[in-house]
Amino acid sequence: MGLNLIVLVKQVPDTQNITGEAMKEDGTVNRAALPAIFNPDDLHALEAALEVKETIPGTKVNVLTMGPPSAVQVLKDSLYRGADFTALISDRKFAGADTLATSYALKCAIEKIGAYDLVFCGRQAIDGDTAQVGPQTAEKLGINQITNVSMIESIDPKKKEVVARRSIEGGFEIVKSGFPVLVTINDEEYIPRPPSVIRMMTYKNASVEGNGGTYDESYMNSAQVKRNQDVISLWDIATINADVESCGLSGSPTKVKKIESVILKSEDIKMIENTGDAIAQMVHELIADHTLG
Amino acid sequence: MSSKNSVMVFIQQDDGIVSEVSVELISKARDLADKLKVKVAGVLIGDGVAKKCEDLYPYGVDEIFLVEDKRLAHYTPVPYTKIMVDIIKKQSPQIVLYGATTTGRDLGPRIASNLKVGLTADCTDLQIGDYKFKDSEYKDILYQIRPAFGGNIIATIVAPEKKPQMATVREGVMKVGTPNPGLKGKVTPVPFTFSDSDFPSEILKRLREEKLVDLKGAQVIVAGGIGVGSKENFKLIYDLAHTLGAEVGASRAAVDAGFISKDHQVGQTGTTVRPKLYIACGISGAIQHRAGMSESARIIAINTDAEAPIFQIAHYGIVGDLNDVIPKFIKAFKAKQ
Repeated sequence: MGLNLIVLVKQVPDTQNITGEAMKEDGTVNRAALPAIFNPDDLHALEAALEVKETIPGTKVNVLTMGPPSAVQVLKDSLYRGADFTALISDRKFAGADTLATSYALKCAIEKIGAYDLVFCGRQAIDGDTAQVGPQTAEKLGINQITNVSMIESIDPKKKEVVARRSIEGGFEIVKSGFPVLVTINDEEYIPRPPSVIRMMTYKNASVEGNGGTYDESYMNSAQVKRNQDVISLWDIATINADVESCGLSGSPTKVKKIESVILKSEDIKMIENTGDAIAQMVHELIADHTLG
Repeated sequence: MSSKNSVMVFIQQDDGIVSEVSVELISKARDLADKLKVKVAGVLIGDGVAKKCEDLYPYGVDEIFLVEDKRLAHYTPVPYTKIMVDIIKKQSPQIVLYGATTTGRDLGPRIASNLKVGLTADCTDLQIGDYKFKDSEYKDILYQIRPAFGGNIIATIVAPEKKPQMATVREGVMKVGTPNPGLKGKVTPVPFTFSDSDFPSEILKRLREEKLVDLKGAQVIVAGGIGVGSKENFKLIYDLAHTLGAEVGASRAAVDAGFISKDHQVGQTGTTVRPKLYIACGISGAIQHRAGMSESARIIAINTDAEAPIFQIAHYGIVGDLNDVIPKFIKAFKAKQ
């Protein structure tokens, strides 16, 4: 008896390799200058789901992402790695969503899939590092959650139970939960498999070239996308039956008041000669201002 | 005494011990509450933890709502969410704070999702101020300040339209206030009836070890990178740390090279630290490392490469061989003592 698994993934700007040009002069992030990548923790989540699929025959892995049309790239990548079905949740009305509005849209999309056993998410996304969307989605679905999971210890499709190892400060917990349950996977144990060459050949036609990360609605209707609806579906706000007021900006209680760029102030640095006297002077300053001693 | 409009803190306990971050949050909540002229409330959930309340009053909490049950001894999301949602609905606090621990990051989002209110993760600062948006002006709003985009920007987030305003706050960021034994508070037990369906998670095993390496709690950290050169040479790092009463940290490269165990790793995949002083020895300062230590109050960089990025965030830079610099440092400190 196979399981029905859902994996939530996100395309993110590669904040780990940010460069000077990625910040605009006004201190905001110039997303166009940043490469868009598969959120690293989400790759671990996908791997966890694919490993469950390998142990329980007949299991289906559904991958959902919410984002602009270019986010189809992470779905394509998921197909190459072994996903069975993917859907892009995309609509202008989702724009400006904070974690709450995002979790609402994801909840609607998950309910469209129907009966499911487990939802896998990455622990957090590198653009915000909030780790909120997983738990918020679980609460909206009214299901249990196990967050910060390093390893699925065992899974029993008959009893409909999962046992997971959850990392906590200074140790771990082994937690058992019935289905359905949402788990968020961290980067400790699951090593993402590379895309399969055979699957790349198979889904080559499902592949749609990205368009540089800019929002282009015409792309949504492109013939290429339409041709591959069996493995990559496009779901807009009407498809997932979401309430417009709860989506995007209007569904987002948090607002960004101010953004400041973190400027590395190299001019503030005090260079100390590598001499006993200069180092002693530095130590003296640090003791005087109670940093040391 | 009503806790309406209060600043509320989720008081986290692990194995019956109140977490350090909760005391930090009570201290911060006291500051915020004094500005807002309201009370500080706390919620403590667990089993046999009532006696812990006494210890918390001196930090400025006026009223602690206490929920006890055998099945609440260890945190699990569903019952804790149910309790917090219920208490928040009844007490209508204007602000609720959680530690950005694995528990707080698990619990806070569920509560926010249930109440359809905002939540800002991993705040490094909280302030009270006004906010104008279109034609509306909001007074005394919580500014929730946090790093984003891998630490490349600092964002100030507000959630003016809905109450409570909620935030998780990183451990070690807020200062613990001086306890005032004259401050008195009260505990209000809150009865709850649970059914089995409230406990969908069963904890089969739980292992928590007191960390031998306490990077988070350290005031001073001496960290070594690949430039230390060998496991044996890490003795120099230990020597300096010992002299200064500091903890020993390391870059990922040093850990991967086998110089030192992973417990010591500072950075995005290790521990995030904010000591008073961070001494980076032979660490080039990749963004992943900087993300874990750039908020240190003072940074000293010691590196042979004058172009190493670590110098961009350091307050003191010494271009030189750590084998040469560290002994001078030790000698200078001992002379001042």
